[in-house]
Amino acid sequence: MTSSPPAVLAESGRAGGVSRRARPAGALGRHGLRLVRWISPVALLLIWQVVGEFGLISPKKLPPLTTVWQAALEVAGNGQLGTGLAVSLRRMLIGFAIGALIGAALGVFAGLRRWTDAAVDPVMQMIRNVPLFGLIPLLILWFGIGELPKLVLIALAAGLPIYVNVHAGIRGADPHLVEATSALGYTRWQRIRHVVLPGALPYTLVGVRLGVASAWLALVVAETIATDSGIGFMINNARDFLRTDIVIVGLVIYAVVGLLMDTLVRAIERWLLRWRVS
Amino acid sequence: MTETTARTETAWIRGLVKEFGPRRVLDGLDLVVRRGEFVALLGRSGSGKSTLLRVLAGLDHDIEGETSTHGRVSVAFQQPRLLPWRRVWHNITLGVDTPEPRETARQALDEVGLADRMDAWPRTLSGGEAQRVSLARALVRRPDLLLLDEPFGALDALTRMSMHRLVTRLWQAHRPAVLMVTHDVDEALALADRVLVLADGRIAAEHVLPRARPRKAAENAGLRVRVLSDLGVEGVDDHEGA
Repeated sequence: MTSSPPAVLAESGRAGGVSRRARPAGALGRHGLRLVRWISPVALLLIWQVVGEFGLISPKKLPPLTTVWQAALEVAGNGQLGTGLAVSLRRMLIGFAIGALIGAALGVFAGLRRWTDAAVDPVMQMIRNVPLFGLIPLLILWFGIGELPKLVLIALAAGLPIYVNVHAGIRGADPHLVEATSALGYTRWQRIRHVVLPGALPYTLVGVRLGVASAWLALVVAETIATDSGIGFMINNARDFLRTDIVIVGLVIYAVVGLLMDTLVRAIERWLLRWRVS
Repeated sequence: MTETTARTETAWIRGLVKEFGPRRVLDGLDLVVRRGEFVALLGRSGSGKSTLLRVLAGLDHDIEGETSTHGRVSVAFQQPRLLPWRRVWHNITLGVDTPEPRETARQALDEVGLADRMDAWPRTLSGGEAQRVSLARALVRRPDLLLLDEPFGALDALTRMSMHRLVTRLWQAHRPAVLMVTHDVDEALALADRVLVLADGRIAAEHVLPRARPRKAAENAGLRVRVLSDLGVEGVDDHEGA
């Protein structure tokens, strides 16, 4: 059987699917190592606090941690954070859903037959090679500066890696399984449903993870350029009032939400691929 | 083909030619498999045994000559080829039209002694277990013709021996015609009613065995030498295999 784990078809984005190799823990032991991993981040935060506290860097440029924390409580309290986050998440969800559906559908369509591949793939490769954020001026000319260009950008960012990976997964369907199930009397639809699509799932999930990361990045960029709502709006607003602390709060929110989404997708992936027991 | 022959012949091939580029793998092959008989097809590697099986399984249509099969055809391959993402019971009944698939799967798995692995993922099975599931999957389709493509080639010797007993038992219970491709002479002599040797793209030799089972290797020692000589292996004396 040749259903090997998929090679990661890396798009831009951070979720590269690189697994850490287990190395011998050495003198410290496993728990010791885990503790050591905390040293540098904690030290960095401490230095940040001390630098702010003693005024080594102007608080306008880098406010101390405690001030940032106060700012976080402030925006959480006055509802800015809640509404902003809701708007941003909604954008992400809609844009991602549209992009993922179209990307996956095209990937399946192109993957199933040679002629559909020839019909769809060249155009997708063309689009894929246009730098995504270079499209922003064009999107603004076409769709204005409202919600639509943002959703289009997010959808493109999500859809392209998903298309590429679904396509690869479908094309990589194990010929032995396809042949065996034909000989065993599966109908064409049963073969697609039980052999080809599940076989493409590992690739598809790699695409989804890349797509989530890439769509979230697109959201951040779109919101930074022009917006009147969302986390990006909160950040831009804070910049105009020189509230560096709120800018930092916004960035941390972006990072944390991005991380949470990646964790969620990984959990879904583990469940969907539970048949991969070694 | 007439009505009377149609009742006794499960598979019928005349003048089968299969070419891969300039290479003629099957060259005017004739073959009949009668209803309920167990035929073993021996041949050196590259002799076209698996190609012949693929033609009968309907997986290769790019051929010349006449072939026909009567009734349902089912296959078990050398690798079990189970869907790793479907549980064992689901693998058995997918593609089969049955009102209660789980119950059908339970009965089929019971026959191969694996009823307790119904809900296992295929990747957690041992090689022998996976091959038994593959057999159950082939038999649940109630085939008139069961094609076995070196089904035990990847198993260790002990597992293979118990698989031989299992296949004989299943064959006696269900009585499909069986065409088993193998390169193992002893396997062929242990299981089949009739042993065919494929060489130069045709059936080059045929040996009929006594029907009695189970068989002892010693009973067929003389035949073993002849089959080996058909395969081009000379100088094997009677005592070596017995």
